[in-house]
Amino acid sequence: MSSAHAGLPFWRRYIFSTDHKVIGIQYILTAVFMALVAVGLSVLIRMQMTWPVRLWPIMEQLLPTAYEGGALKPEFYLTMVTMHGTIMVFFVISLALVSGVGNFIIPLQVGARDMAYPFLNMLSYWTIVPACLIMLASFFVEGGAAAGGWTSYPPLSALPGALPGSGLGQTLWILGMALFIVSFTMGSLNFATTILNLRTKGMSLMRMPLTVWTLLVSSVLGILAFPPLTAAAIMLLLDRHGGTSFFLPEGLVLGGNVLAYEGGTPLLFQHLFWFLGHPEVYVLVLPALGIAFDVVATFGRRPVFGYRTTVWALIVAAVLSMIVWGHHMFTSGMNPYLGEYFSIVTVLITLPFAVIGVNLVASLWRADIRLTTAMLFAIGIISAVGTGGLGGLWLGTAASDIYFHSSVFVVGHFHFMIGVVTSFGIFAAIYYWFPKMFGRHMNETLGKIHFWLTISSVFPAFIGMHYLGLGGALRRVYDPTYYEYVRPLQEMNVWITFLLFVAIAGQLVFFVNLFRSLFWGTRAEANPWNGATLEWTTPSPAPHLNWNEPPTVYGGPYQYRVNGVGGYVAQHTPPEEIKCPVGPHEG
Amino acid sequence: MNGFDGTPDLIPVHVAVNSEPKISHRSSGLYPMFLLAVLATVMMLFAAFTAALIVRRTGSDWVPVQIPSVVWLNTVFIVTSSILLECAKKAFSRGSGSQASLWLGYSIALGVLFLIGQLIAWSVLNDQGFLLSTNTHAAFFYMLSGVHGAHVLGGIGVLVWTLRRALAGAYGIDQYRGVAHAAIYWHCVGAVWIHLLVLLSIT
Repeated sequence: MSSAHAGLPFWRRYIFSTDHKVIGIQYILTAVFMALVAVGLSVLIRMQMTWPVRLWPIMEQLLPTAYEGGALKPEFYLTMVTMHGTIMVFFVISLALVSGVGNFIIPLQVGARDMAYPFLNMLSYWTIVPACLIMLASFFVEGGAAAGGWTSYPPLSALPGALPGSGLGQTLWILGMALFIVSFTMGSLNFATTILNLRTKGMSLMRMPLTVWTLLVSSVLGILAFPPLTAAAIMLLLDRHGGTSFFLPEGLVLGGNVLAYEGGTPLLFQHLFWFLGHPEVYVLVLPALGIAFDVVATFGRRPVFGYRTTVWALIVAAVLSMIVWGHHMFTSGMNPYLGEYFSIVTVLITLPFAVIGVNLVASLWRADIRLTTAMLFAIGIISAVGTGGLGGLWLGTAASDIYFHSSVFVVGHFHFMIGVVTSFGIFAAIYYWFPKMFGRHMNETLGKIHFWLTISSVFPAFIGMHYLGLGGALRRVYDPTYYEYVRPLQEMNVWITFLLFVAIAGQLVFFVNLFRSLFWGTRAEANPWNGATLEWTTPSPAPHLNWNEPPTVYGGPYQYRVNGVGGYVAQHTPPEEIKCPVGPHEG
Repeated sequence: MNGFDGTPDLIPVHVAVNSEPKISHRSSGLYPMFLLAVLATVMMLFAAFTAALIVRRTGSDWVPVQIPSVVWLNTVFIVTSSILLECAKKAFSRGSGSQASLWLGYSIALGVLFLIGQLIAWSVLNDQGFLLSTNTHAAFFYMLSGVHGAHVLGGIGVLVWTLRRALAGAYGIDQYRGVAHAAIYWHCVGAVWIHLLVLLSIT
């Protein structure tokens, strides 16, 4: 760390830091901690899916309120699926991929010395910490944590007496989410202003690395899509505690009593929720694709194919993502013409995504591929986006979605998109930028074991879920053998659970590698991968405030193979210093 | 080569001797961009509430209430407050900082009067027996004026901070962008109120 930073006390350097790199790493570590909780929940969920009637005396000793008499209580099962989804989407993927990687890499790649508003950045991290604590604390209140699903549809989420988890647990869920929204909005404001206003000299928009482009698009989506969820949360809180009937219809019966609510409509909440919910998917998936482009270019040693079309496809995908939310509600009741509209615009999204996918694959064409761990994960992203995207076609079309809705098919689909694609994005980013973060390399052998254990388990597991859904298995069902027609498929549930344990074994390898490399990894030089983008012009680890004077940029981010195979021109190389037979490639 | 906001691509890098170097800013474009993004979140928030109200008013239980007439006086307050803020900007551009501070002070006072007036409207509605839980139209009025009031309160905070800086002599003839940005936010919050008033008054 530089002298300016070294002068600060420890707590200002590493705890209440305003340095974007420290904050980024704080976000990633917080997400890793929350991931432990969410993965723990997924183990318990899979145990129930696999052995629904077995008694677990050990579990009764560990979690006496959840496993009364050794059998998992149905209401705790609902709590687990709710909290697994909530924590994974908002407190793991959003934190690690967008807030974490974004914070670390945006100023380094655009040539800024820090975020536009470093204090706001620190505030945004220290708002997410209480949000995480509230979410975790909600497990220990009476009735347990929220159990109305990660979507928190009313009336389950609006009536404190509807489920055990609809009481204080649901209130804490709303508060935790409110803090998350505040934090994420502060982060998005900071990202967008930093990218648009703090670029170094010469860094025009069309010279930005695609990771930065995707994070810009994702920030703008966050800014536009989260406020409607805030509005929904305010109305939900008023329905719960103010006696209003925004979302509650008349004739609701609870405990034998007819409730006094009238005139409200749960559909209104669904519209507001999914107006955020669908763009949120793109907030998470797009940065993973941006990272894939950067990693593929560096380890393929060739320029990204179709940089400009990719940028425009990102923007088109983002615009479309804000007008397709109704495809989550085909079975909720909707005018058929409206359903037709939502089907058409949803299927239209395949166009920009096909462009992005083709550009990613074409970027590998005749590339001088080096299969580092980061590269393996980047290729994994391409594969997962394609595989998962195919399922999306069935769910985006009303005619087929009416069959698939609320089935395990949906669970398989979204785990591909916001589970596999995004976590591969996080892993690719960590393996790729670890030298810049800590000045050391991660172990490549352990990294490859991690990759192969992960991809060989998550792909068959989530493809298996598609088949279960085709067979009619429903999601959120406490006992998968309850319906006779899906009992023949039960063996697949056993396999999926086995694959989960393989995947967890892979993540253990990752943890060992992470902590081993932090202290004993081989030292990394400033530019270990021969990358052409600006972050590699700083020493490893990058010092506080990155550069005394940010470098001037003269070319695009992917000027590889301009000087024979393996040669490259860094973004900050002035044209007169380029000695190559071919002219520099502009983006 | 110009940046996104049209400012030249040159960055002033401030490296002060013996002190921590400052973060370089394209300061002319940074604050408007931040303001634009903040306003985007505000607009999306009230757009969602607007959609909710339009949907919800078709409900079978919808009984319209008469919005207390004091809100019209409040509207005069907030519009006048915006006009005075423009007067403050004019005064800064003429170089009369003390006059500008006076306008700023009046503007803040009218903002506070607006909030007090909104509280009076709440109590009037409450006295008529329209509670949060008994009438959905009234519930929308309480909720929307409450959320809007929170944004007004934030605006007053910004204006007070601006006034403090003005009194400290921070603004000059060509240097009152802080006031201009605060004014943009304030005008938008005022415009949101007029939108809400129309929305809540149509029965």
